[in-house]
Amino acid sequence: MVRFLGLRLARALLTLVLVVTFAFIVLRLSGDPALLIMSADAPPEAIAAFRQAWGLDDPVWQQYLRYFTAIFRGDLGQSMRDGRPAIELVAERVPATLALTLPALAMKIGLGIPAGIYAALHRNSFADRAVMLLAVAGFTVPSFVLGLLLVLVFAVQLGWLPSGGQDSWRHAILPVLTLGIGGAAVLARFTRSAMLEVLGQPYMRTALAKGVPWHVAVRRHALPNAAIPTVTIVGFMVGSLLAGAVVVESVFSWPGVGRLLVVAVANRDLAVVQCILLLVATTMVSANLIVDLLYGALDPRLRAQAKGANG
Amino acid sequence: MNTLVTIRDLRVAFDGVPALHGIDLDVGSGEALALVGESGCGKSVTWLAALGLLPSKAQVTGSVRLDGQEILHAPPARLDAIRGGRIAMIFQDPASSLNPVHRIGRQITEALRLHRGLTGEAAREEARRLLDRVGMPDARRRLQAYPHELSGGQNQRVMIAMALAGEPELLVADEPTTALDVTIQAQILDLLSEIRRDTGMALVLISHDLGVVAETCERVCVMYAGRIVEETAAQTLFAAPAHPYAAGLMAALPPMTGVRRRLAAIPGGVPEPWSMPRGCAFAPRCPLRGVACDAAVPPLATVAPGHRAACLRPQSQVAATGRLLVPA
Amino acid sequence: MSGVPLLQARELVRRYTMRRGLMGRPVEVRAVDGVTLALERGRTLGLVGESGCGKSTTGRLVLGLEVPDGGNVTFREGPMPPRQTAEWRRLRARMAMVYQDPLGALDRRLPIGTQIAEPLDIHGIGSRADRPERVAQLLRDVGLRPDHAQRYPHELSGGQRQRAVLARALATGPELLVCDEPISALDVSIQAQVMNLLAEVQERSGIALLFISHDLRAVRQMSHRVAVMYLGRIVEEGDPDAVLHSPAHPYSQALVSAIPQPGRGGRRIILQGDPPNPAARPSGCAFHPRCALAAALCSRAAPVLKPLPDGRLAACHVAHGTVSPRDGMPQQRAA
Ligand SMILES: Nc1ncnc2c1ncn2[C@@H]1O[C@H](COP(=O)(O)OP(=O)(O)OP(=O)(O)O)[C@@H](O)[C@H]1O
Ligand SMILES: Nc1ncnc2c1ncn2[C@@H]1O[C@H](COP(=O)(O)OP(=O)(O)OP(=O)(O)O)[C@@H](O)[C@H]1O
Ligand SMILES: [Mg+2]
Ligand SMILES: [Mg+2]
Repeated sequence: MVRFLGLRLARALLTLVLVVTFAFIVLRLSGDPALLIMSADAPPEAIAAFRQAWGLDDPVWQQYLRYFTAIFRGDLGQSMRDGRPAIELVAERVPATLALTLPALAMKIGLGIPAGIYAALHRNSFADRAVMLLAVAGFTVPSFVLGLLLVLVFAVQLGWLPSGGQDSWRHAILPVLTLGIGGAAVLARFTRSAMLEVLGQPYMRTALAKGVPWHVAVRRHALPNAAIPTVTIVGFMVGSLLAGAVVVESVFSWPGVGRLLVVAVANRDLAVVQCILLLVATTMVSANLIVDLLYGALDPRLRAQAKGANG
Repeated sequence: MNTLVTIRDLRVAFDGVPALHGIDLDVGSGEALALVGESGCGKSVTWLAALGLLPSKAQVTGSVRLDGQEILHAPPARLDAIRGGRIAMIFQDPASSLNPVHRIGRQITEALRLHRGLTGEAAREEARRLLDRVGMPDARRRLQAYPHELSGGQNQRVMIAMALAGEPELLVADEPTTALDVTIQAQILDLLSEIRRDTGMALVLISHDLGVVAETCERVCVMYAGRIVEETAAQTLFAAPAHPYAAGLMAALPPMTGVRRRLAAIPGGVPEPWSMPRGCAFAPRCPLRGVACDAAVPPLATVAPGHRAACLRPQSQVAATGRLLVPA
Repeated sequence: MSGVPLLQARELVRRYTMRRGLMGRPVEVRAVDGVTLALERGRTLGLVGESGCGKSTTGRLVLGLEVPDGGNVTFREGPMPPRQTAEWRRLRARMAMVYQDPLGALDRRLPIGTQIAEPLDIHGIGSRADRPERVAQLLRDVGLRPDHAQRYPHELSGGQRQRAVLARALATGPELLVCDEPISALDVSIQAQVMNLLAEVQERSGIALLFISHDLRAVRQMSHRVAVMYLGRIVEEGDPDAVLHSPAHPYSQALVSAIPQPGRGGRRIILQGDPPNPAARPSGCAFHPRCALAAALCSRAAPVLKPLPDGRLAACHVAHGTVSPRDGMPQQRAA
């Protein structure tokens, strides 16, 4: 088990290093931060001074090394725009984002999984077709289209809810709905197919043949097996708690991490972008790690492998 | 011998395509009955339908009575008490027939609680006894095992232990040894016979292997394309099969002794369920085919006491291949 | 029969490293552990044994589809050339294989005629113009009609599919055909058709067959010689009637007695325990933990395959009279 965990952790760290490196490369290749931040008609001396201050004159590999060792010391740099520590800027925005993504996650799970199970248990019924139709719709319509649609109906036409901003909980309703509907649709489809697969397995027939009532067989024999693939998708959703709202935050001008990212990328604010990427990657990677451990708890076949790795 | 299960005119269709064309079958209490026939002839469907285990898209009609009580389309609560309690069923592929995420102890005690009200320590103790009974080495520790930690033969023993948990009057074993090695197959068949001797439980053995059937069962029903075409004592079937299909099956089996010559294969193949001949389904492959055979489906008629065949020109004793009776 | 065998395999060894799970320690599995066999033109060697004993691996080794870790194969009096060379490919056209599952062996998106012609294209045999005629002839040879060439695999019955597979295997006119459980997936009434067909083909073309099966009846029907395998080794080999009527090796005895027989009553040897695990091969004679006759020597020294007085080969201390049965061995029930 220890070795299993160790391997997983090493892989997680490697993923983080790659993400950071990739971010650095892409951002350095795509433009000169000094020109972007200082505006093009700034005096050349000012630009040169800016460059020197941020170490932009050094060879690229030196910048990379410096940047990397800094990260390892826990220093994520300062925003080039207003000089505040990047981590502070980002941390300020996290609660706002979570205020959207956590309720949305609850909605995805609370709506998507039951709907998927229900559809599978009543396969080809009217309810199944309705659920699947909604799911396909929610799945194919991009979130900005859905967001705009909701704004059109509930804010513009009906005037029930505000169309943007972050002043009260009522402002959160539309963005949460936008996020939740799409995710619930994905999860419903996924849960349904996982359930259908499991319901067709011979062990379900065995359970019924030994006299287990249908609803008990579903609860005790089908659900634990169907949970195994479903956990993957939920894990992915947990992993995108911070990054999953970029589009929606923009549509509803919600001042979260996503908006900050968009602005920082536009400004080539390296430190902020890197900080966000690192944060997002860390959540993703930790979610993955939790999923892996959950797999072990849910599926004894995998547990045996983990144990074998130790022995 | 009184009759335990009576099946009358059982018909099953999937999406309008018939799979069973009216099965009549009796199982006496304590008897060992075999159901043989080619793949797809409806052996499994017969018993899945009788126990209400087919998916809802299957249209099932007819009558299945247990001790005179109708159980086809019975309310779920009654069916749940019968399944596993009075009629247990085990399946072909033991590894996938057990739930991979539950320990086998739990899967056995589940049946014990449902049918005998045993819980906790009493249930675990009884589960261990059952595993011992089916010859599982180191039974106590194996209660904690998961199906993937056991071999195919051991998993089939677990299935049998689970089936015995409800002390059923009838065990339906659907090709219990097809997925297993020959030597393990012998172990399992032996176990089934032994349990039957000890408990007086009736056994329906579904198989496509005539040899397996001959050693384990007293009576045999031969099925072809969704119908029973011959029904007789196992001895008689091997000595003097009446239906040309049964005779053909036996002749097609390579002998273990004597000179080797060309096998008497049955030509052709089974008709598709959606294009069944109007008359006897075997007629297109039958060496004795006559005009009457194509006119209508021949009914199952008595050819000798306790011996029925659905054939207009049942084989005579002489025509049968006697050589199979000679032991190696 | 001609003196020099068409195929000769000496002391073949094939090991696999297997990992348990994603990160388990690799375990070495000796799938084939010193198999020697010979096969003449026009003859059939039957290979029987439990699942996992190495039958299929032996088949792949003699065809040169896998490289042995030890031993060698000679075909038509020459050693197998290195893989993927032109000579290897030319030799490969002289051998073919038929697998168990006829539907899995065929591509369900192509008509069978195209699939039968495929080996001809690969090996550049005959001209394109002759192809349809050659395919039609092959189909007739295996008892199908030329118009079946247009059909897709799912439009054929199980027996017809296996015929199509056979037609494809015969397309290049091979001298050696390895049949790996060619009838196991078929119904009893169809099995006889396929066995008859194989015998006919052999009679017509003098092809040599390696017939792998766990069905002893089928093996007796098809074979001129029978070899019984246990855990990667041949434990008995000889004339089918000798091996199947009076088996010398205790494992063969158990196998033979497991053949269901009408009207025999309980004269059956029930082997205790499970089929052995090739990753943990018992010491000495690999069969000794399940053997009712095992003596003390059996757990220490592996018996060699050598002739018995009646000419057949067996690898058993008891059969050779080296030890007397159950000499100092406590009764063991394998767990
Ligand atoms: N769930 C199903 N949906 C549609 N058709 C089915 C279903 N189950 C069985 N059938 C059809 O019913 C017929 C009888 O099937 P059944 O499983 O009883 O055959 P069998 O005699 O048990 O064969 P085998 O020896 O292969 O198990 C077959 O034609 C099969 O295709
Ligand atoms: N490619 C492979 N990698 C690892 N192990 C293998 C491989 N092929 C075969 N083996 C192992 O080698 C052993 C012999 O396998 P083989 O397929 O030859 O057996 P077999 O006698 O043909 O069995 P069966 O009757 O089940 O087909 C088995 O334990 C198998 O698990
Ligand atoms: Mg079946
Ligand atoms: Mg094989």
